[in-house]
Amino acid sequence: MLELTQIRKAFNQGKHNEYWALAGIDLAIPEKQVTALRGPSGSGKTTLLTILGCLARPTEGRVRLKGEDISGLPERFLTEIRRQTFGFIFQQFNLIRGLSAIENVVLPAYPTGRPRKELLEKAEALLADVNLGHRREAKVEWLSGGEQQRVAICRALINDPEVLIADEPTANLDTRLAGEFLGILEGLADKGRTIILTSHDPMVVESEIVNFIVTLRDGKIVEQ
Amino acid sequence: MIFQPAIIALLLAASLSLLMLIIASPFAMQVIRHWDITSGSERQLKLERLTYLFSTLVAFVCLVQILSALLFVFNADKMSVMFVGAMCAVGALNVNEFGFPALYLQLALFFLATLWLAINHADSQARDYPLVKLKYALLLAAIPLFALSLGLQLQYFLGLKADVITSCCGSLFSSDAPTLASEVSALEPKPALLMFYGSLIVAITLSGWHWRDKGNLSGYASGLGALAAFVASIAGILAFVSLYIYEHPHHHCPFCILKPEYDYQGYWLYLPLFAAAAAGMSAGVLRVFANRPSLAQVVPALTGRLAGIAAISYVLFALIASLMIWQSNLILLD
Amino acid sequence: MKIWIEKQKHLIDFTLASLARRKGKNLGLLFIYGLLVFVLASVALYTHALRTEAQKVLAGTPEIVLQRLVAGRHDLIPPGYIEKIGRIRGVQKKEGRLWGYYYDSVVKANYTFMAPRNMQVARGEIIVGPALERSRGLAAGNGISFRSYSGELHTFIVADVLPQTSELVSADLVLMHEEDFRAFFKYPEGHVTDVALSVANPQEIKNVALKLMDALPDSRPILRDEVLRTYASVFDWREGIMLALLSAAILAFGIFAWEKAAGLSAEEKREIGILKAIGWETGDVIKMKFWEGLLISLLAFLLGYIAAYLHVFHFGSILFEPVLKGWAVLYPSFTLTPHIDGLQVATLFFFTVFPYTAAVLVPIWRAATTDPDTVMRG
Repeated sequence: MLELTQIRKAFNQGKHNEYWALAGIDLAIPEKQVTALRGPSGSGKTTLLTILGCLARPTEGRVRLKGEDISGLPERFLTEIRRQTFGFIFQQFNLIRGLSAIENVVLPAYPTGRPRKELLEKAEALLADVNLGHRREAKVEWLSGGEQQRVAICRALINDPEVLIADEPTANLDTRLAGEFLGILEGLADKGRTIILTSHDPMVVESEIVNFIVTLRDGKIVEQ
Repeated sequence: MIFQPAIIALLLAASLSLLMLIIASPFAMQVIRHWDITSGSERQLKLERLTYLFSTLVAFVCLVQILSALLFVFNADKMSVMFVGAMCAVGALNVNEFGFPALYLQLALFFLATLWLAINHADSQARDYPLVKLKYALLLAAIPLFALSLGLQLQYFLGLKADVITSCCGSLFSSDAPTLASEVSALEPKPALLMFYGSLIVAITLSGWHWRDKGNLSGYASGLGALAAFVASIAGILAFVSLYIYEHPHHHCPFCILKPEYDYQGYWLYLPLFAAAAAGMSAGVLRVFANRPSLAQVVPALTGRLAGIAAISYVLFALIASLMIWQSNLILLD
Repeated sequence: MKIWIEKQKHLIDFTLASLARRKGKNLGLLFIYGLLVFVLASVALYTHALRTEAQKVLAGTPEIVLQRLVAGRHDLIPPGYIEKIGRIRGVQKKEGRLWGYYYDSVVKANYTFMAPRNMQVARGEIIVGPALERSRGLAAGNGISFRSYSGELHTFIVADVLPQTSELVSADLVLMHEEDFRAFFKYPEGHVTDVALSVANPQEIKNVALKLMDALPDSRPILRDEVLRTYASVFDWREGIMLALLSAAILAFGIFAWEKAAGLSAEEKREIGILKAIGWETGDVIKMKFWEGLLISLLAFLLGYIAAYLHVFHFGSILFEPVLKGWAVLYPSFTLTPHIDGLQVATLFFFTVFPYTAAVLVPIWRAATTDPDTVMRG
């Protein structure tokens, strides 16, 4: 599905505080599987995740999505690919305050220009799937942490992406909610979605729904 | 110099446009020198981000050009009361030798800006941005033109002194004075009519052809057709369309038709005409890039669409002009 | 095309919601923006209305007015003077006019007394303009006395009040019979104030004026077009000066708009970061911000313009009166005829929307090019 060859990513290039967050990564993400990236903070897992999810371009190296080289693409096209192929769940949920749950869910679909009616129907179905149908008009800041995360999951799914990317998804959840989240994730994996996540929560990394574990340290893969 | 609001507004617009372009020019130089699409370096990412600023900027400058060309004509018309013998915009523009050149340059800048936007549109649809260096070179090349435009306007306004005896549209566009405009006006209605409708039909056919066919030959042909039709249309407006609107056999003026006395009919003519000319000519120029590999898909789709816009706008223009002629009480031809 | 429209609808939806979420900030901007439009539009509407009034006044006047000068001062025209001119080619009509100014110490205002040629006023009666109707509380049938310059008291019956179509023309007018006029001002029989000449062909006016100067060296011909030109430049010039003074305000507004756009709150930055991360493109964010600017501009423009319109035409420019007094004292008091002009709206647009857009362009671009991965690194 996704292949990385010799990926390097630098920050503050050419300045005195230049540093390489990724120092030569070769990795293949298998299709329809759950892959977990783990490692201490500062090991480069989030940077790797942004490159896998087309949020950022590598400084050097090649990224292939289904065989097509996308590493040199300008942001405009990368965004298009990202919108169609990836759904994101962030650690802080990153919902837009002041908007209702359903408004938040449909946001990623605005640039596609799909008719509003169609979008709202789809969003309602997604919210109903995670038992939030009754909260759809509630402003997101009134929702509990678990509810906010479920809204974030629905938002990640509105464009029907093949790949779901989650950054530390259980960091802000207690054990019960984390368990609930893993349940939802399992359901999505069973439906054939590719899932990539970062975590240092043993509950996630050691759960049976994760098929592959990649361990990073100092910008390199140490165990696969 | 005559000190009044519209003049200040025009000078403000021209100098701000120029200033924005000048401030942007070092960045354009950077793009030309350091652009490397295959690199993922931070510099390249920064340059790519800059391109958004430029296209927004040029779109804005283009809009300002349209508005200030209109304001320029409006203002000239209003100022005409201050000059003996000037009865409309033409008279006021003729007060000194910079009036008409300033207007012509503004119109030219409008067409250049739309062309740049068309090239920009094509370029940003190709994944490797193949025209990026050309685009920014063009932008740098246009800066002197913007400076010239400001200079001409400044010269024109500074040279204005109320009470200068000027010619008005009656004498400039009447058949005696030996100027280009008067020669156009002196065209007999019948050949002018034939040329007008003939070139419009040719342009519409060529554009329509390119719309369906999207080939190189039809593309260049439709671009030339659009240019020819634009020239013939302006000539036609001078030679006879305006006469029908004024219902006066000797009033050849392209500006008075914009006035409220004639129900702003000029806008209905000029809007589709300029849209058609800009779209058609852009389509023709864009064909030059059709052979670039990454543009092979993009350019034909775009030029086809532009030709379609040109064809529809010219049809609209022809229909509106014909309607105005048909409704007029003036009889030029039996 | 359909997709494009749908997309713009989405963007406008989002923009409206986001404007509503930041009411405080946006209302502040709207207020300052609207205030600027209001001040500029008031100046423009006021001077423009004066200009149109002046044009209306002059439209009814003859092409040439001939005055006689004695020692460089305007003097009465004696009998036989007009006849001396003889026939001049191009002059359609020439007639002597009777008019003068009268200072009314009761309301401290000047009136124009006139004996009209084209209108019959019975002896002992007058027809008055709307300003007198107001200031002296006159209506048809009332009587009024004026003390003439010779000290006698003259009493007239008001026969009618002139319509209000253009008050600047008629506000202070008092029309009376020729005999009454002569008696009131002690005008000698046969003398007139000045001579009006109508010339049909505008190209001939200058020639006629030259011939008049030749035939009557002590005369001064005043051309209508010259007066019109002078008025136009004077009003334009005043408006220009006002605008130049206000340019500081425009500049301040530009800086203010820049600040507002550049000083995005942390919340807004976070929002743009989120939008970019979930699949919005830089161009989409710029378009969204463009819609935001357009909505604010249109609203501010509309509100400011309407407020200025009311201010000038319904509340008599109360806020400007001290500044613009130079014009206002010309006549006792008058109401301007409402008039909106395309050129003026376009000019105003250039003075407000254009600096605003230019000021926010770069800040918007900065905000829109936030890295999409910023939300992952916060």
